[in-house]
Amino acid sequence: MSANPAKGPNAAQERTWDVFAEGLWRDNPVLVMMLGLCPTLAVSNSAINALAMGLATSFVLVASGAIVSLLRSLIPKQVRIATYIVIIATFVTLVDYAIQAISLDLYNALGAFIQLIVVNCIILGRAEAYASRNPVGRAVVNALGMGTGFTLALLLLGSIREILGSGSLFGFNLFGPNFEPWVVMILPPGGFIVLSLMLVVFNLVNKRLGAAVKQGGGHGHAA
Amino acid sequence: MSTYEIRHEPEKTSPWPLLLTLGGIAMVSGLLVVLAYQITRPMIEANQRAAVARAISQVIPGAVSHRAFIIDESGLRPAEEGERGDIIYAGYDEKGRLVGIAARASAQGYADIIHMLYGYDPRCQCIRGLKVLKMAETPGLGDRIKSDPAFLKNFQALDARLSADGKDLEHRIVTVKHGKKRHPWEIDAISGATISSRAVGRALDASARRILPLLMPHIGELERAAPRNSREAKR
Repeated sequence: MSANPAKGPNAAQERTWDVFAEGLWRDNPVLVMMLGLCPTLAVSNSAINALAMGLATSFVLVASGAIVSLLRSLIPKQVRIATYIVIIATFVTLVDYAIQAISLDLYNALGAFIQLIVVNCIILGRAEAYASRNPVGRAVVNALGMGTGFTLALLLLGSIREILGSGSLFGFNLFGPNFEPWVVMILPPGGFIVLSLMLVVFNLVNKRLGAAVKQGGGHGHAA
Repeated sequence: MSTYEIRHEPEKTSPWPLLLTLGGIAMVSGLLVVLAYQITRPMIEANQRAAVARAISQVIPGAVSHRAFIIDESGLRPAEEGERGDIIYAGYDEKGRLVGIAARASAQGYADIIHMLYGYDPRCQCIRGLKVLKMAETPGLGDRIKSDPAFLKNFQALDARLSADGKDLEHRIVTVKHGKKRHPWEIDAISGATISSRAVGRALDASARRILPLLMPHIGELERAAPRNSREAKR
């Protein structure tokens, strides 16, 4: 699903890539759907926090997507939302314990936002809109794409904020002692400022790509 | 015409599939959570012990092992797992000699309560180290209490001597404006972070005034209570 998808003659392979790329670019949860902005803005003050949050969310997304898809014919529709929440909450609790076991510093830095993955609307949204209507393979690929898109967007946001706000990246000092950090960048307003600039750039690039595709006769997908 | 027709009659479903689905999934989920808890608990406890040991070795120079005690009006006793109260940690060097005592202190800072651990040296009757454990102070301003070298210099030998009757500090620990420190019991504030600096002073003052008068009569017990081998570090 990764090797030169646009040129691949195999239609099925292309479709798999499409399912994956949906979350990566076309319907990126942060940059297009604007979902899960609460953890996005709250824990993206450093690259490592952003990466950990992105990976934790991706794990919950993929695991709950797989289970919801597997059980989709067994779950009565009257209790489906409650069931999805129980499934999601289970995986969030597993991640919560795992992060505590890996590093307490990381756990303290992420604070309550790990537990709050339960109510992250990307995950319930994917379970309801995709995993409950698709076979498990596609559900997992789609969740992987969404998770990767979420992680990359968060990592970019976190890296920009850490570089400007602390003068470092993943804790490594970049500019030496004479750098005066832009403190606003690691404060909440910095999250809004950087995210809005990222949205501007993303939309400009998308517009360019869209125009190029139209001129070029319109290939299957703009991703 | 005037009567409303009910167009969508609710489907008649038996409640059993709903109960079975939710109950079954909740049961499996509970099992998974318990399993994860059991597997990760030893690792999480090891992490917590390591974090406490690291903090203690930072605030008590030369400490390689420690034991936890509870101090109150009735005296000193070893702290049991999960016990509440004023916990102090006695730090010992390789030869089992008491090199200092670590205690917790906390006070309301600018954003939230600042939790810290400080090391007290009974030989000089002074505070020898400070580590901020948890805070939410403004990055770049208040959070410098954790890292500012000039501020941390205050805690190389901050006087916390008891008065002659041993009931209170000889001099209360106070935070003074930046550059106005004249006495060894004063803390030189960080300019631009006065509120956070004052909170540190208040926390140390309150904790030292409560704990030290209770603790000092028992200092001999602590000296004799060294772990049997220096590697044994309780809690």
